[in-house]
Amino acid sequence: MDMTLPAVNWLSVLPTLLLSVTGMLALFWDIWMKDDERSLLGWLSLTGIVVTALCSWLLWGQNDVESFSGMFALDAYAVFFHLVFCLVAGLTVLMSLTYLETAEIRHGEYYALILFATVGMTVMAAATDLILIFLGLETMSIAVYVLAGIWRQHLTSHEAALKYFLLGAFASGFLLYGIALIYGATGSVQLGPIAEHVGAQGSSPLLLIGMGLLIVGFGFKVAAVPFHVWTPDVYQGSPTTVTAFMAVGVKAAAFAAFARIFLHTLGAVHTDWQGILWVVAALTMTVGNITALVQHNIKRMLAYSSIAHAGYLLVAMVAGKELGGAALMYYLVAYGLMNLGAFGVVVAVGRKGEPHEELDDYAGLGFRHPALGMAMTVFMLSLTGVPPLVGFTGKFYIFSAAVQAGYIWLAIIGVLNSVVSAYYYIRVVVNMYMREGEAIVELPSLRSALGAAILIAAIGTVLMGVFPSASMSWAGASFLSLG
Amino acid sequence: MVPTSYHLILSGILFTIGVTGVLLRRNIIIIFMSIELMLNAVNLSFVALARHFGNMDGQIIVFFVMSVAAAEVAVGLAIILLVFRGRETVNVDELNLMRW
Repeated sequence: MDMTLPAVNWLSVLPTLLLSVTGMLALFWDIWMKDDERSLLGWLSLTGIVVTALCSWLLWGQNDVESFSGMFALDAYAVFFHLVFCLVAGLTVLMSLTYLETAEIRHGEYYALILFATVGMTVMAAATDLILIFLGLETMSIAVYVLAGIWRQHLTSHEAALKYFLLGAFASGFLLYGIALIYGATGSVQLGPIAEHVGAQGSSPLLLIGMGLLIVGFGFKVAAVPFHVWTPDVYQGSPTTVTAFMAVGVKAAAFAAFARIFLHTLGAVHTDWQGILWVVAALTMTVGNITALVQHNIKRMLAYSSIAHAGYLLVAMVAGKELGGAALMYYLVAYGLMNLGAFGVVVAVGRKGEPHEELDDYAGLGFRHPALGMAMTVFMLSLTGVPPLVGFTGKFYIFSAAVQAGYIWLAIIGVLNSVVSAYYYIRVVVNMYMREGEAIVELPSLRSALGAAILIAAIGTVLMGVFPSASMSWAGASFLSLG
Repeated sequence: MVPTSYHLILSGILFTIGVTGVLLRRNIIIIFMSIELMLNAVNLSFVALARHFGNMDGQIIVFFVMSVAAAEVAVGLAIILLVFRGRETVNVDELNLMRW
């Protein structure tokens, strides 16, 4: 029997390989490292992430071919998400350099796990095969389960890890069953053949159930209602930097695969899934925003806010086509910048032994620490959707895509929800500037890695909002590479 | 020869038993076992469909699913152990440190 080696396009896995190698280096270096040198691991990880980002940037649009027998494609769409993940991982590492000291987390594998989770994300964004998407999802999830529980001194962190693990594994069961049924309906697990089959034969009962199960599986990962119950506990209990990484990175990766499968591969039968997603999107926005109104803990509030934002992103999915797809990608970057920034401020306010996560702890912050107060105001206003910040332009693109696709009611529900959300975001700002708080003794100096992360997020939030067209047209071009 | 639909129905029943177990049982270990049952029910579907289509895809997928399940067990049991050491319980209803 003749064996032929498949043609392998190594360039298409170069970013993934770079991240993996950096992760392994970080893991090995840790063995010979003294306890007080651990921050070097952070700088190593950051170097790896920056090199990966540069390398992905150079490959944008250069490599729009499938490789590994149609299982993997580093098309412009994938490169766009690679850059988003590098941004998220980079800012998380910067924040962690300060945070791990304050939180007294001294495990060297922390940075390696962040890198391995990012590897999983890059695989999810570039995979063109359902099984590879599943493997990427698990690589990411298993690393994040461990990260959620890495705060060994805190029982809440254990509880968060357990809840995330049980519900995450439960959700992957649904996702996998969905993949099996789609395989049964179309005879393939590769996205190309599935798209051909669906385009030629339309939907069948088996395919419909499979799509439903995929929506359940991805719904858990992006924290869409009614699959969101784990989110507040997990976000509140995990170490803050890990929460930020989960809220932004995991959500972006899940949406990358979700949008590739539904908007592109199953685009021919969009009438079958748009109805369900319409309801899920409306519920997710409403439940997320209404529940956030009554929260006192800022991490819990941001958890409900992240549920609400998953709802806005689902509106973009329902709108579909080029406009919806580009709006989805633009909003993921926007959401990433403003949310990472907000979590950065939460990290800065926390101190040794006292997390300072209640809203009352923010009283008077605006006067005592003007720079920090200013940054938090920018992030909160942007999350509300106040022009000219990036949250406004992102929502504008999403809702106008929905209106153009004929989903006027969904857009109206979305806008009403943004108005409701103003109450709890602005409450943070009111707390910072209009109430006297007890003196906060010391905060980690903002001339640190943490300060740099907050600054980058703030500059991004303002600049992308004031000059949206360049990044929006880039997102559009990337989405079109799906063909 | 047993028709493929029988295998698929059996796998559907096993999957439903797994889901019911996760939703109804309160012991973490039993919940975890139910999740494993769900994954193995899916494996049965993949193998049956692979035979039905006469291609190897489904069978190879099962190997990947099994290795992912093994990795999940390694991490999952460690997390369960961590929780048990801190709280001395394996009942999910007693894990309620965070409430609003």
